Amino acid sequence: MRAALFVTCVNDALYPRTGIAVVRLLERLGVGVDFPAAQSCCGQPQYNTGYRYETEPLVRRTARAFAGHEYVVTPSGSCAAMIRQHYPRIGRKAAAEGRGSELAEAAAALAPRVYELTEFLVDVLGVTDVGAHFPHTVTYHPSCHGLRGLGLGDRPRRLLAAVKGLDLVELPGAEECCGFGGTFAVKNPDVSTAMGTDKITAAAGTGAQVLCGADNSCLAHLGGLLRRADSPLRTLHLAEILASTEEEPLS
Amino acid sequence: MTGTYLGMPAFPDFPAFPAAAREAVRDEVLRANLRHATHTIRDKRAGAVAELADWDRLRAAGKAVKDHTLRHLDRYLLQLEEAVTAAGGTVHWAADADEANRIVTELVRATGEREVVKVKSMATQEIGLNEALEAAGIAAYETDLAELIVQLGHDRPSHILVPAIHRNRAEIRDVFRTEMAHWGRPAPEPLGDDPRELAEAARLHLREKFLRAKVAVSGANFMVAETGTMVVLESEGNGRMCLTLPETLISVVGIEKVVPTFRDLEIFLQTLPRSSTAERMNPYTTMWTGLGPSRGAEGDGPTAFHLVLLDNGRTDTLADEIGRQALRCIRCSACLNVCPVYERAGGHAYGSVYPGPIGAILSPQLRGTGSTIDASLPYASTLCGACYEVCPVAIDIPEVLLHLRERVAQGGPATRSGVRVTLRPADGHTAERAAMRAARLLLDRPGALRAGERLLARARRLAPRRLPGAGRAWTDSRELPTVAAQSFRDWWDRERSDPR
Repeated sequence: MRAALFVTCVNDALYPRTGIAVVRLLERLGVGVDFPAAQSCCGQPQYNTGYRYETEPLVRRTARAFAGHEYVVTPSGSCAAMIRQHYPRIGRKAAAEGRGSELAEAAAALAPRVYELTEFLVDVLGVTDVGAHFPHTVTYHPSCHGLRGLGLGDRPRRLLAAVKGLDLVELPGAEECCGFGGTFAVKNPDVSTAMGTDKITAAAGTGAQVLCGADNSCLAHLGGLLRRADSPLRTLHLAEILASTEEEPLS
Repeated sequence: MTGTYLGMPAFPDFPAFPAAAREAVRDEVLRANLRHATHTIRDKRAGAVAELADWDRLRAAGKAVKDHTLRHLDRYLLQLEEAVTAAGGTVHWAADADEANRIVTELVRATGEREVVKVKSMATQEIGLNEALEAAGIAAYETDLAELIVQLGHDRPSHILVPAIHRNRAEIRDVFRTEMAHWGRPAPEPLGDDPRELAEAARLHLREKFLRAKVAVSGANFMVAETGTMVVLESEGNGRMCLTLPETLISVVGIEKVVPTFRDLEIFLQTLPRSSTAERMNPYTTMWTGLGPSRGAEGDGPTAFHLVLLDNGRTDTLADEIGRQALRCIRCSACLNVCPVYERAGGHAYGSVYPGPIGAILSPQLRGTGSTIDASLPYASTLCGACYEVCPVAIDIPEVLLHLRERVAQGGPATRSGVRVTLRPADGHTAERAAMRAARLLLDRPGALRAGERLLARARRLAPRRLPGAGRAWTDSRELPTVAAQSFRDWWDRERSDPR
């Protein structure tokens, strides 16, 4: 089986380790990985801030970049939700505004082929034990777009629970938003910081060494707060934990 | 045209949401009050909802009834008018707040009275009726316990259902002690902060008002078109006192509150109490059709009934394909109680009688996006979706927020006072728009993107700890993510590139 990786712009520039982890993980599970170089940002920052017209070229670009790939896998529930839920809406609106049906068709063709990483692992590959080894105490924050947008449910937790050596502790108030919210973090910095501070306080209170998530944007916000507070708690993307094995432990 | 809607208290000088929220975030007492209250009620709601196996079907049915009614609103309103009139009531139509206030003021004046008792009502708060009556020399007494606290405290409500949610018991005791005597029976001395003591003080104070009042003003949770029946749901019984004791009853109700048949109430009498106060059954549900049950003869109920049907931006909202779903709202406030932003910012930051997620989509539609506060409300959300998840009529609040953000950032078509207009983008988005365009140009050219990433990687040792401009908001409280030495793209090219 082959899958195309949609690495997302945030991971590409700031968290390449997450992308590398996805490649190693999928290859370990026998999936050949393609990386279409024409991919870019999914357009969510623009769209969520109200700039739908600025988003359209990126919808077109993403759809073209992944045309012909049966499975598109991305380590971001947020970007997956953008493509699955909002691309078709953007396409339909363009059509309704008399700008043709091309965008709507491209979006409709792409949306069902996009999988968030844990969906791909659990639903398509049918695995929960990916053979990972990570001997640390971990707590998991489910990001909102994955949780409510995609309905990931307990897939991430099941994957984590199957990791050898990993001690998974529940995060109190796990399903509450961390306060990142894209441009919300910049437009409403005080509320965003208050929400994030409550989240890292809850995470630190679990005694975990690692705060794990499946969206690096939320982790950038929480990690930034943790480092400013000189907390020993570190943030890690789920993919990096799943990629870690006894032979090749996460450095 | 980006003008502020005229008919509604528009908080014209109200600061943008982020500035208004800043104060609330820093108020430790307020945050503790709100956190405690919202968490308690959201947990109870979840339990009450989980008890019903058919919740999803009830939710879908409520949505369907509301959507159907809104689609045929003209027909159902006329049917309602006919039924109310046949039952001895008088129907008045008010296009905006000014007209509604004028109608109510004249109706009160005609009775010769100088005071009214009020049932808790969002519609009359929306139009600023108390202030309008006061200007006309008529005193309006709120009788809902929380509304009384807010009114005595010269405060504004901060929650749809629990208007004094931002106050704790000690604060309420202080308000009762210092203010009750100015308006009627003083608070008993000594007065502690035990809820029972506080409720008793309010009960004694209000009893005088109930027994004296000749005129009552209410809203309604529902209006039944086929029978002309008005429905009020409340928890204390104070509303029922207002609805049954005075001789004249004036009800001011938003036109979207109509439902076609009496049977439709079966849905909402299940979903509303469980969503709002986590109660299986509503404690006081009062229904009246035209005059009192005895039509003015013996028994309870008013001998004169006036229904003021309020538009105030609702038909304009109805004209909007995406935004119209906000009119499904049954004011249960489940979205407020679950919203992490409301929990930190408090209700006052929303600059409207409708705070929280529903306020963030309702106010900018009813009032237009012309004012600073209204242009900032669509951004007062992280789009986490918790509000949509709990909404008993399935209003996709995140979808409407995005729709309104687009209106603010890019302008577009809207309806104002029944006229289709094209709105210009709201002020203050020029720099943001330029940044979004620049980002799009960069992101749409992977070659340029890669060059940018490499430049960033090379300069990463120079990365400042604090950013200037808009980025400052990030670095004031958070460390920046470190830029990777090599982007994923570059790693892929080095390690995996296999020109296929």
